[in-house]
Amino acid sequence: MSDRLELPSGGTPFGASPSFVELLRRERPEAVPPLTNADTAALSVPHGTTVLGLKYADGMLMAGDRRATAGNLIADAKMKKVFAADDYSAIAIAGAAGQAIEMVKLFQLELEHYEKITGDRLSLEGKANRLAQLIRQNFPLAMQGLVVVPLFGGFDTRRSEGRIFYYDATGGRWEEDDFQTTGSGSLPAKNSLKKRWRPGLTRDEAVRVAVEALIDAADDDAATGGPDPARGIYPVVLAVTAEGAEEVAEADVAAGVAAVVEGRSR
Amino acid sequence: MSFMPYVAPEQMMKDRSDYAHKGIARGRSVVGLEYADGLLFLAENPSATLHKISEIYDHVAFAGVGKYSEFEELRIAGIRLADLRGYSYGREDVKARDLANAYSQALSAIFTQQMKPYEVEVLVGEVDGSAGGTAVYHILFDGSVTDEQGFVAMGGHAEELTEALRERYEPDWDLATAVRTGVQALATVPEPREINDDQIEAGVLDRTRAQRRKFRRLPADEIAGYLT
Repeated sequence: MSDRLELPSGGTPFGASPSFVELLRRERPEAVPPLTNADTAALSVPHGTTVLGLKYADGMLMAGDRRATAGNLIADAKMKKVFAADDYSAIAIAGAAGQAIEMVKLFQLELEHYEKITGDRLSLEGKANRLAQLIRQNFPLAMQGLVVVPLFGGFDTRRSEGRIFYYDATGGRWEEDDFQTTGSGSLPAKNSLKKRWRPGLTRDEAVRVAVEALIDAADDDAATGGPDPARGIYPVVLAVTAEGAEEVAEADVAAGVAAVVEGRSR
Repeated sequence: MSFMPYVAPEQMMKDRSDYAHKGIARGRSVVGLEYADGLLFLAENPSATLHKISEIYDHVAFAGVGKYSEFEELRIAGIRLADLRGYSYGREDVKARDLANAYSQALSAIFTQQMKPYEVEVLVGEVDGSAGGTAVYHILFDGSVTDEQGFVAMGGHAEELTEALRERYEPDWDLATAVRTGVQALATVPEPREINDDQIEAGVLDRTRAQRRKFRRLPADEIAGYLT
């Protein structure tokens, strides 16, 4: 895939490509993983588990548990799976962790590179489409078991609202109206959100609803890690509003967790 | 068969140098000023969208004068080099000095090998943790580099502008004073005149900024606020 164009007469370059991924493929082809026929499904690599995104009054919010599993082992108890993609968008990942973190890094660079080359931020729609293309490029590896399925969302500064997009392993892209989950615990997390989410949640309510959905996911899915106050492990929650993307302070997340636990204690 | 008359190398270099000088002198100027919190680039630019000042990387900024198409090409090449370096190694491994060397090599090769030299001068600036970490490199059309301290001017009337800055400059200016005095200096060439607020382009590398990316383009209303 290339958007390097030339004038019909004599190969003069026409336009500077604003894509970092394309630059990397051209200048450092060895950095892009080669295709193999090996059965990578047999590799025991860490997998990230449950992440979710939901809209609330000021924008949208993304949250993820902290566990990564490799087979039946817990590979990492403090993995971060929710990231700011740029100032006004966020990406959360589930699936083969190494692959997914690399995709996040490339996606962040892609957005920053575009912004610096053109002097303009991509529209939220443009960012969502670009991510679909990155996932599609990963498709051969997905077929071999290294699946990456992210959630993407952000604040659409042109429409003044939060938006959420979800993807499948083939690069299919859909927009979600209210909330969405992905990863191994996505089903219990989604059921939880179905019961508790409503339009126009405040920020504190949204944090609580998100945390509760992750606790429900951890209850039913062995690969999802619940909050662990004893070791200070809390879900990562990131809010994106008109003011930008900002990680919710751990104290606020801990307060949400405490409220959920309090409500369920007997 | 084409016939090339003999031209002495000295003469060839002089002709090219004169040509580049003339091209650059036609354009307006850019100044770079160290101030209390970092580095300010100021340009007189009638366009609000075709920039002379731009971000290259987290701590590194760029400014160009002369022919737009040529310094724009250099700017894009700089961003590509920086982003590839930062991806291949680490973000903190991207340094203004490496970029200045790359520009110097490229401009020097173009100057000696191509039909026509680039009619540009560029500044590469960098801020680091402390005031001592600020660096500004000034690269000329023939690839010569100077490491500037405090203030620098380039473009048309660069010499007069440097004089005007030398009379006024003090380290530890706040941003408002730096913008105001920089614009005053720009307004002394070619003869004393008024410059409208909307003709000023400004960008800073602010080391006190909380974000990873220290570059910030000053919006028009902020510039107007400093100038009234």
